[in-house]
Amino acid sequence: MKILILGAGRVGTSVAENLVSEQNDITVIDTQAEGLRYLQERFDLRVVHGDGTQVSVLKAAGIEDADLFIACAARDSANLVACKIARVMFNVPRRIARVRSAEFAEHAELLGDNGFCVDAVISPERSVTNYLHSLIEFPEALQVVEFASGRVSVLTVRVGAGSPMANHSLDSLREAWPDVSARVVDVVRDGRAVQAGSGTVILPGDEVVLIVDTRHARRAIRQLRVAEKSVRRIMIAGGGNIGMRLARKLAEDNYSVRLIERDAARCEFLSTQLPNNVLVLHGSGTDEALLTRENIEDMDTWIALTSDDEDNIMSSLLAKRLGARKVIALINRMAYGELMQGSHIDIAVSPSQATMSELLRHVRRGDVVVAHRLRQGVAEAVEAIAHGDRKTSKVVGRRVSEIRLPTGASIGALVRGDEIIMPDANTQIEADDHVIVFVPTRQQMARVEKLFQVSASFF
Amino acid sequence: MKRLLAIANVVGLTMMLFASTMALPMIMALVYADGAEDAFVDGFLIALGIGAFLWIATRRFRAELRPRDGFPLVTLVWLGLPLLASIPLLIYFDRAGIPLSFTDAYFESMSGLTTTGATILTGLDTLPMSINLWRATLVWVGGMGILVLAVAILPLLGVGGHQVFRAETPGPMKDDRLTPRIASTAKALYAVYVGLSLLCFLAYRVAGLSWFEAWCHMATTMGLGGFSTKDEGFAYFDSLQVEIVAMVFMVIAGINFATHFTAWRYRSPMAYLRCPEAVPYLVVLAVTGLLVSLGLYLSGVYPQALTALRFGVFTTISVATTTGYANTDYTLWPLGIPLFLLVLSGFATSAGSTGGGIKMIRVVLLIKQVRAELVTMLHPHAVSPVRINGRVVDPRVLSSVAAFMLVYGASILILTAIMLGTGLPPEEAFSAVLATINNTGPALGRFGPMGSFSALTDFQAWVCIFAMLIGRLEFFTVLILLTPTFWRR
Repeated sequence: MKILILGAGRVGTSVAENLVSEQNDITVIDTQAEGLRYLQERFDLRVVHGDGTQVSVLKAAGIEDADLFIACAARDSANLVACKIARVMFNVPRRIARVRSAEFAEHAELLGDNGFCVDAVISPERSVTNYLHSLIEFPEALQVVEFASGRVSVLTVRVGAGSPMANHSLDSLREAWPDVSARVVDVVRDGRAVQAGSGTVILPGDEVVLIVDTRHARRAIRQLRVAEKSVRRIMIAGGGNIGMRLARKLAEDNYSVRLIERDAARCEFLSTQLPNNVLVLHGSGTDEALLTRENIEDMDTWIALTSDDEDNIMSSLLAKRLGARKVIALINRMAYGELMQGSHIDIAVSPSQATMSELLRHVRRGDVVVAHRLRQGVAEAVEAIAHGDRKTSKVVGRRVSEIRLPTGASIGALVRGDEIIMPDANTQIEADDHVIVFVPTRQQMARVEKLFQVSASFF
Repeated sequence: MKRLLAIANVVGLTMMLFASTMALPMIMALVYADGAEDAFVDGFLIALGIGAFLWIATRRFRAELRPRDGFPLVTLVWLGLPLLASIPLLIYFDRAGIPLSFTDAYFESMSGLTTTGATILTGLDTLPMSINLWRATLVWVGGMGILVLAVAILPLLGVGGHQVFRAETPGPMKDDRLTPRIASTAKALYAVYVGLSLLCFLAYRVAGLSWFEAWCHMATTMGLGGFSTKDEGFAYFDSLQVEIVAMVFMVIAGINFATHFTAWRYRSPMAYLRCPEAVPYLVVLAVTGLLVSLGLYLSGVYPQALTALRFGVFTTISVATTTGYANTDYTLWPLGIPLFLLVLSGFATSAGSTGGGIKMIRVVLLIKQVRAELVTMLHPHAVSPVRINGRVVDPRVLSSVAAFMLVYGASILILTAIMLGTGLPPEEAFSAVLATINNTGPALGRFGPMGSFSALTDFQAWVCIFAMLIGRLEFFTVLILLTPTFWRR
């Protein structure tokens, strides 16, 4: 697929980085040569230096035969204008814009075909906020992503030592859950994926990925990890866009929230914007005295959300040492994330992976409704719709055991109308089923996409 | 050490790819039984074997190439391939009873691959067809670059391919890609190269050469090499049509192939006008051609104006594009003319073409920089950045161009001094260095178009080999390996 990316900032860079290896021809446009040089030297893509809202620059970047245009420059206005140009002048089939302001999304006519012609809006701030929110709602999980409009969840859970499931095989897991629709699709031990067969024994410390009917999710996780005390008190460091959104959302859910922000003017702004039950504190997240004075040891969750990776890591380590029960840090750089996850920092959240999940479904071929990155971006789960019939499709009318999936990949769940089915080897897939597939390494994704593409005779 | 082994793995693969180009002359030798069958069958197997051995032995160390790995890789490949290329030459001459020294065989191969076209062999007309075909093939492959070919058709290079591509393609600004993927950029360049080569082949045939001669001359024209199948070169054919075909395709091959590609993609000659090099290149060729013809006419070398024009323009294009074909022995002309043309050969061709020298774009940039410098002297507050097509050129590019010129000049001086030290007369020493460092080919004196480089001693030959190598790889790729910083961990 030919993809044009506008903006080599943090979002643009991570989008390019994530898409570059997947048989995509990528061109990145930016006005700053510095970010472009970084990309050019590390990845097999083309960079164009210039203003992406100018027709000549877009032309030089080859927009005429682009399949997908992703505008993720820093300014909303630039992104919207670029999308409009892409549609009006060059008729690019799909256009995605990163939009920070929530106001555009509220007025659909602005983004529609008579407005700025944006097919889909991505908002990294919103994705990360939702993601963090789900982590607080399911305090036992390392990652929660939803499929089939929230009816199916994919959970990543670390198995605690006292968990009833520890030292049991996957077989006995099924027996222990007669009334829960859940299935383990992946077991990660010491950072490496274990080939999970029915006889695999789960050890304490393993990370387990399971697909589960959302209604049963809470019960399922409890099985894997000793239930944690419910979360009430939350402290957030960093009152940027994400911090503010998250604080507001949590306050609405009646959590007790404290928000630390370094900049005094910003603090004032935050205190006018946020509901009264959010306590805005002026200071630094790495200030030991401040944390102690604000009773860090009573906090159920600490979340570091500044734009500085190192600051987030240090303040989270400090919070953990001072007694916060669970610490979550926003970490942009993939290398840092892998380093910190599972150390003293309980969960490392990568904003780029959260954004990618939003983008992926537009990049995937076949009728992919939702796609999510799992395990720090290594694995992926997609929800694809099976179309066609036994002749034209490689999945419809076949039993699960007959579908040729790549090694390690598995079909986790089927959604047929209102029904959620946890398939076994003999379940037959019907047309228009939503199939949720787990793929352990994203390089194998291409083969899964092919499975769900209908051969030409269908049309 | 591990890095070197990882590099050796790619070198092995490239060698296998290169060895497979030996199949063409091998088949020719077998079909026509021209006396070089053994040489090519054995040479092919040995070359393939060396490549395969290197590839398999270092398989365990295969790794993604890092940016700096491009330099040793390219240098190793360019040192290793002439080695493989000289195997069939060595075997053939050994069995024919007129043994060729290793130095001579390596010189000939390096001269072919770097598209220099300086030959050390005599009696080309009596050589088996397959040997001449092999010499021509070397030029053709070396013209666009064997590693560019490897990047195009071997998927393994990935990101590293970008580094390799940069280290092998000539020119100061290599970050403008034709397509997002480096592999498809390399493919596009080769597609243009192959397409133009076929046109050239047919044109030669129509102009009256035999199929075989047309093929060989196509390869050395498009590669801007200048190897001929005849000792006398184009003087042997003495045909105006053939010379016109040669001139047209030499001019075409001296233009950036990326420009050809753009022109073809948009079906518009505007690309040539927008290219910062094509116009100055054509103007320089036209003006020099006319001046040289006028000089020849006035000095009485050719009393007829049209004859002067024919020889003047052909020689100008041939030497300035670093090809080195000759339709007459131009060393007999007043010394100033061929010497001037040799110097010009260092400047005329474009970056991204198959020609040698320091490339037109660098001269354009340098002139613009000087102009900007003068403006700032007059108006100290003036902001006058150097621009190409309305875009500001990165100052880092400018300083690298200045450094390049310095290294180019210094290399010529040092190598000439060395050649003088070995006892060559000044005219021959200077012209031999110029002709090899610019990858032009024929020099003056005994090394002229009708002579050969066989008069060189072994040491002098190695100096010339070194000059050809650094000229083709544009100095820095090779010189960077000689710095201690590069090897420090």
